Amino acid sequence: METFEPVIVAFCCHYCAYTAADMAGSMRLHYPPNVKIIRVPCSGKVDAIHIMKALEKGADGVIVAGCLEGDCHFKNGNIRAAHRVDSVRKILGDIGMGGDRVEMFTMSAGMGERFALVATEFTEKICKLGANPVKSGTDMGMHQAAC
Amino acid sequence: MKTESTLEKILAAGHLAVTSECGPPRGALPNKVKEKAELLRGCVDGINVTDNQTAMVRMSSLAACIIIQNMGLNPILQMVSRDRNRLAMQSDIIGAYSHGVDTMLCLSGDHPRFGDHPMAANVHDIDSIQMVDMVRNMRDEGKFQGGEKIDGSPKMFIGAAANPFADPFELRVARLAKKVKAGVDFIQTQCIFNVDKFEKWMEGVRERGLHEKVAIMAGITPMKSVGMARYMKNKVPGMDVPDEVVQRMAGVPKEKQSEEGIKICVETIQRLKEVEGVRGFHIMAIEWEQKVPEIVERAGLLPRPVV
Amino acid sequence: MITAERKPMEEIIGSVSPYRRILLVGCNECVTVCAAGGRKEVGLLASALKMHFAKEGNPVEIEEVTLERQCDPEYVEELLPRMDQADAVLSMACGCGAQEVARRYKEKPVFPAVNTRFMGASERQGVWAERCAGCGNCVLGITAGVCPIARCSKQLLNGPCGGSTSGKCEVDPDIDCAWQLIWDRLKALGMQERYEDNIPAKDWRTGRGGGPRRIVREDLAS
Repeated sequence: METFEPVIVAFCCHYCAYTAADMAGSMRLHYPPNVKIIRVPCSGKVDAIHIMKALEKGADGVIVAGCLEGDCHFKNGNIRAAHRVDSVRKILGDIGMGGDRVEMFTMSAGMGERFALVATEFTEKICKLGANPVKSGTDMGMHQAAC
Repeated sequence: MKTESTLEKILAAGHLAVTSECGPPRGALPNKVKEKAELLRGCVDGINVTDNQTAMVRMSSLAACIIIQNMGLNPILQMVSRDRNRLAMQSDIIGAYSHGVDTMLCLSGDHPRFGDHPMAANVHDIDSIQMVDMVRNMRDEGKFQGGEKIDGSPKMFIGAAANPFADPFELRVARLAKKVKAGVDFIQTQCIFNVDKFEKWMEGVRERGLHEKVAIMAGITPMKSVGMARYMKNKVPGMDVPDEVVQRMAGVPKEKQSEEGIKICVETIQRLKEVEGVRGFHIMAIEWEQKVPEIVERAGLLPRPVV
Repeated sequence: MITAERKPMEEIIGSVSPYRRILLVGCNECVTVCAAGGRKEVGLLASALKMHFAKEGNPVEIEEVTLERQCDPEYVEELLPRMDQADAVLSMACGCGAQEVARRYKEKPVFPAVNTRFMGASERQGVWAERCAGCGNCVLGITAGVCPIARCSKQLLNGPCGGSTSGKCEVDPDIDCAWQLIWDRLKALGMQERYEDNIPAKDWRTGRGGGPRRIVREDLAS
C-alpha cells in the first residue's frame, strides 16, 4: 500500500500565526512538511470560497490560524474567520465530506511550540481521515492507515 | 332593546349578569355538548361556545350553539377572525341567527402557533374591531359589509373581549374605546387575578364614561391547583397572576387547593361587585364546568332573575 | 429588498443529480445584498456541488454566471450562448429571477437553489426582517411608519391584541409587537389621538386577493 502524504493548507495571519510558524522554524521545532503555509494579512481575510477551493483542488485538510481571541490586529477578524470556518464545516457536512477536514486555531506570535503542535496533531488527524475523497472518486478512504 | 337576547334583557333590567363557557368536544359527540351545557342550566344567563379555542380543531361553535339552543338554554356564539374570511363570517352569523342564536362574541383568536395546527394559514381578513363594526351594521343597517341589503337581518347582541393586563397598559382603555366606537354591546374580560390592576383599568374606563356605553363583565377563572396558577402566571401570554395568589395556593395542602381556588374566585367576585361599572361576571371554569353552580351560589348570584 | 436563503444542500443535490452539465445562475441584486445568491454564493455552491459529485465518482461541470438582474429579460438573454452546453439551470435568484429564466429558455429544466422569503430590511449585519407584505395600498401614513400587515402576527389593523407583553409578540419573544412600535412612534410624534381612529376593514383587492398583479405604465409601455 502506498503511503499517504496529506496536503494541508494553512492560512496563517501575518500578525500572529505566521509569525508563530516562523518562530517554530527558528526554534528548530519539528512539524510535518505536509503543512503548506499561505500568509494572509488577517485570518478574517480568508473567505469560505478560499477554503472550498483548496479542498476542491485536492487539499486533504485546511487550517485557518489567527490571533488569540481579543488580540486580532484588526479587532475581530479572527472571530469572523471562526464563523466562516463553522459555515464551511456545515457545508462539508451537508455534501457528505464531513466537517473535520477544516479547523480554526488561534495563537499568539510567540507560540512557536503551539504552531508545531497544532500542525502535527492536525496532520495526524487528516491521516486518520484519509485522502480527500474528491480526488479519488468513490474509492474514498483507500489510503487510510498508511501513515 | 336592540335584540331578543336574554343577556341584553338581564343587563337592561340592571341585574348583575352571569355567563360561563362550554368548549365543544374534539369530535362529533353531541352528548358531550349537552352534558356540559346541562351543568350550567339555571345558574347562568348565557353560555359562551368557544370557536376552535387555543387554535385546536373542535366541533364548530355554530353547531354546538344550535345543540344548546335546542335545549332551551342561551348560547353565545364565539367567532374568531383567524379561521374565516368576511364571507364565511357573515353567512355563519345569519345562519346562527336563523336558529335563534342572538348573542355573539367577536374575537381575533389565538394564533395557530399555539394550537395543534401550527401549519395552518391565518385568515385575519378583518380584525375583531372590524368584526364588531360589521355585525352592528348587519343588525342596525340591515346590510352586508359589501353594502347589499340583508333579507332578514340578524339581531345579534354583540360582545367582544378586553384584556386589561396586556401591554402597553396605557392602550388598554383606548382599545376598549375603539371597540365601543365600533358598536360593541358587552365586554367579557380576560381572567382577573390581579384585582388591583383591574380596578386601575376600570378607573380609566370610568374616566372616559365607557362603562355607560358598554356592559363590562369581569372574567373569573377558578384555579384547581398551585400548578395551574404557576402555569397561568408563566406560560399564558397576557395573563397576570400575582405572586400572592400563587403563594396562597401553595400555602394549603394539595388536597385542599381546589377548594382554595374556589374561595379565591368567590372572594374576587365579592370584591368586584363593589367596583362601579362591573355589570356581571363571565366564569371560565376550564374543564371544570361542574363547579360553576357552586361558585355562582357562593357568590350570592342565585337564583338567576327571570326576564 | 427581496430576501432569500439557500435551500438545504440535500434538496439542491437531489434536484440536479440527474444532470451532468449545470448552469448555475446568480443575481447581482437583492440576493447579493442578503448574501443568498450573488457571485460569492454562486462560487461556494458550485464548489460544494463539484466536490460532492466528484466524491461520488460522478463529476459534474458547473458553469457559473451572475447576471446583473435575473428578473429582467435583457440580462437573462445573456445566458443564451451558454445554454447549449447546459443540461439544466440552477438559479440562485429569487422566484422572479428563476421564473424569468424558465420563461426564456423553455427547453431547459430550471431549479431553484434558494427559498425566496420576504420583503425586508437589514436590521444589522447578517440579520434581515420582514417589513412589507406588498398589500398594494400602503397604510404606513396612518400607522406611524410601521406596517401592521407585515409585522403583526395577526395583521391586526386595530391592535394590539391581548398577547402583547413588554413590547413583544406572544407568538415569539423575538418578534416586536408591531402595535407597541406604532404606539411608541405615535407618542414620539405627538399623534396619540390617531390611535383611536378605527381603521376600517381592508380592501384586499390591491393585494393577493385580486389575483396575480401587474402594473402597466402607459407612458412607458411599448
